[in-house]
Amino acid sequence: MLNKVIASLDPASLESSRRGFLLGSAAVAGGLLVGLRPASAEATGQTGAAAANPLTGYLHIAPDNKVTILSSQFDMGQGPYHGLATLVVEELGADWSQIDVKGAAGNSNLYGNIVWGGAIQGTGGSTSMATSFDRYRQAGAAAREMLVAAAAETWGVPASEITVGGGKMAHGSGKSATFGQLAELAATMPVPQDVTVKKPSQWTEIGNEKLRRFDSAPKAKGTHPFTIDLKLDGMLTAVVAHPPKFGARVKSFDGTEALKVRGVTDVVEIPRGLAVVADNMWAAIKGRQALTVEWDESGAETRGSKEILAAYRAKAGQPPQANARKEGDSAAAMASAAKTIEATYEFPYLAHAAMEPLNAVARRNADGTLEVWGGHQIPDIYQGISASIAGIKPEQVTMHVMKTGGGFGRRAVGDGDVIAEAVSVAKAIGFRAPVKVQWTREDDMRGGRYRPAYVHHFKAGLDAEGKLVAWENHIVGQSIVQGTPFEGLIQNGVDGTSVEGASNIPYNIPNISVGLTTTDVRVPVLWWRAVGSTHTAYAVESFLDEVAAEAGRDPYGFRMALLKDHPRHAAVLRLAAEKAGWDTPAPKGRFRGLALHESFSSVVAHVAEISMENGLPKVHKVTVAVDCGIAINPDTIRAQMEGGTGFGLGSILAEELTLVKGEVEQGNYDTYTPLRIDAMPHVEVHIVPSTNKPTGVGEPGVPSIGPAVANAIAAAGGRRIRVLPMSKAFGA
Amino acid sequence: MAFKLDINGEVHTLDVDADMPLLWAMRDVIGLTGTKFGCGLAQCGACTVHVDGVPTRSCQLPVSDAEGAAITTIEGVTGKVAETVQKVWADLDVPQCGYCQSGQVMAAVALLRENPKPTDEDINGALWGNLCRCATYHRIRAGIHEAAKRLEA
Repeated sequence: MLNKVIASLDPASLESSRRGFLLGSAAVAGGLLVGLRPASAEATGQTGAAAANPLTGYLHIAPDNKVTILSSQFDMGQGPYHGLATLVVEELGADWSQIDVKGAAGNSNLYGNIVWGGAIQGTGGSTSMATSFDRYRQAGAAAREMLVAAAAETWGVPASEITVGGGKMAHGSGKSATFGQLAELAATMPVPQDVTVKKPSQWTEIGNEKLRRFDSAPKAKGTHPFTIDLKLDGMLTAVVAHPPKFGARVKSFDGTEALKVRGVTDVVEIPRGLAVVADNMWAAIKGRQALTVEWDESGAETRGSKEILAAYRAKAGQPPQANARKEGDSAAAMASAAKTIEATYEFPYLAHAAMEPLNAVARRNADGTLEVWGGHQIPDIYQGISASIAGIKPEQVTMHVMKTGGGFGRRAVGDGDVIAEAVSVAKAIGFRAPVKVQWTREDDMRGGRYRPAYVHHFKAGLDAEGKLVAWENHIVGQSIVQGTPFEGLIQNGVDGTSVEGASNIPYNIPNISVGLTTTDVRVPVLWWRAVGSTHTAYAVESFLDEVAAEAGRDPYGFRMALLKDHPRHAAVLRLAAEKAGWDTPAPKGRFRGLALHESFSSVVAHVAEISMENGLPKVHKVTVAVDCGIAINPDTIRAQMEGGTGFGLGSILAEELTLVKGEVEQGNYDTYTPLRIDAMPHVEVHIVPSTNKPTGVGEPGVPSIGPAVANAIAAAGGRRIRVLPMSKAFGA
Repeated sequence: MAFKLDINGEVHTLDVDADMPLLWAMRDVIGLTGTKFGCGLAQCGACTVHVDGVPTRSCQLPVSDAEGAAITTIEGVTGKVAETVQKVWADLDVPQCGYCQSGQVMAAVALLRENPKPTDEDINGALWGNLCRCATYHRIRAGIHEAAKRLEA
């Protein structure tokens, strides 16, 4: 998400933001709390942010020796908590057994996402390591210096003679102390204003291949708490009946029968629908089944996805509304080309379908303050929404950021959907009890906010030597940011999230035009893991393979010849090809395809090895190469490439969200079908060594698996899949 | 109506509707929240528990049918196979978000108890019903093979 801003990510911008921070610390209830605060709001481009709260920060060392890291980044499974902890442990010299990480929120001065400009806290665009790399290393280093100063004073020895490691300070004289023992004194030490972080040659945690996530064991034992597991005293559970068509509203309702269901306490209307409140989830579900509702559909979207895509195809043949990239004169170059090739690609709506259906919990306290628990991917925005519904000030709302069962972008919604529902229901029952709003799978599937459907039209021109001289790409689809708090990202009529991955292709083509037509459809859409790259990578890398075939060239050599100005991309593609044995024949009956894509400043290449079995593709082996800058946690990077590969593969094989007369057809995993274990290939991941600042890995593993598989299928039999999901082409 | 449920060796008496699924009885009434709700339709496996040793979707088992059976949840699964699987899950960093992993672990334990040396095909068959949206399948397979190896040693 926020790709326009992310596109500007470079090491220089990280450096300047680092200089904008001063250190701050505070002695809190018996321990040391270290935070960094910006030198001034101006320095980081922040406006109107609250002053740094001394009771919040980046890490807390308690007298019992526990180190709690307060994370600006929300963990929906990709492992940012572990990444942040690695940065702190590296500099602090802590022992992993001391470490815990908690979500923090409520102070954009402390937690604003630096890659996004620093004004608001948020997780997305695979930015967690980029925004945290300096911030959390400095926090760890500052705490370490203060602990050392405390030890030096206590023992009467020079600070330079004190060593730190494994959560302890020691001196050659035999003196030693744990962090906890000196935490209170350390909190009174001067705050270092210019900390020095370790040199890469001194790192023992960053880049450590053997390191494993600190939070895996509780997940294997079922003790890792999610929002759905939260139980507050007297808490009620609500389910919400949403209108069956997007844009419809409640016209009238009768809750009499619902209220007869044992355990149902209330039926209340809220702006987003009708809520049935009960003692437990089962009662709420049964109560909702007993509701009678009439909907006002006068403002609703009534088209089906077939009609929507047909309209897109018609538009794709027309000139685009706006230009996303224009170099040279593609029209003239096409006219004089020896050969031109055209193709149209189609992409369906996709659901995030995270395993934990959306939920949130709201409680108003006796003093009028509000607490809201949930997967707060953009907590500052949700704090404002919650305050506005409750009629209080944002600073009276505490946002508890919970870890969540997947997300893939679904928990960053401008209107705060499920969070707004929790506060609205609590308000509608007079705030007499805490309320958990829990969506069912069907609510989640039909609740909107999908990866938009898109159509891509391509035309390419080859000269007499088979050289690619002209490229035209027209993208048609809905804008993700239009009408949201992120609308400012639309520039010159182009929503960057619609064209990313297509407008910035790294290939050296002298005449290139990438255009966009944004459509007006009332199906709510959203960023979906890898956002624009979920369709642009497939379209561009498949069509480029078609062009290579027309030119009579090997897909690898064809690409490499076009990458002469992009050595980083070329290196990634070369590594993947080498490791996959591209220059050697595939085993009998096996076929290979490859694809390269940059997303969120990371570059990834996939080589897929497939066979055709009973006319259906089976993906056996996938080789991935990734350049994500400094590899903070190599094993997490591998895990993200493996998972991203499976996530991307599932989406192109059989995921499709369809609407008929404005109503979503799929409701559960029987009809909306993500990847299952039998379709998961063996995945081998190779990380390009790098000394550049870290970028991200949560999303970049997704885009290029699809076109790699499509290209392998074409290699197997010449069949080119241009309409997704592939299950349609194969009748499966 | 009152129902007696034997969960993890402890008998719980519940006054709930007969059609309440075991999943919600455990989560909302008894307070055992390790078993997760993912679909409510036996499509995802996040709610997998052992009923008399057999992996079962608790979202589709009404409390009236759960009476008299020995139910084991992620909180109560014990023994060498379970401990090994859970240890391997952490050693190999199998989980990502972790939400489906209670169900994955319960399915893996049941498989290894039946079949100490499962092949990839055996694993794919036994765990086909356990969705993982993070697609940790690669490590789930590796984890089961590793657990089988450690249990054999």
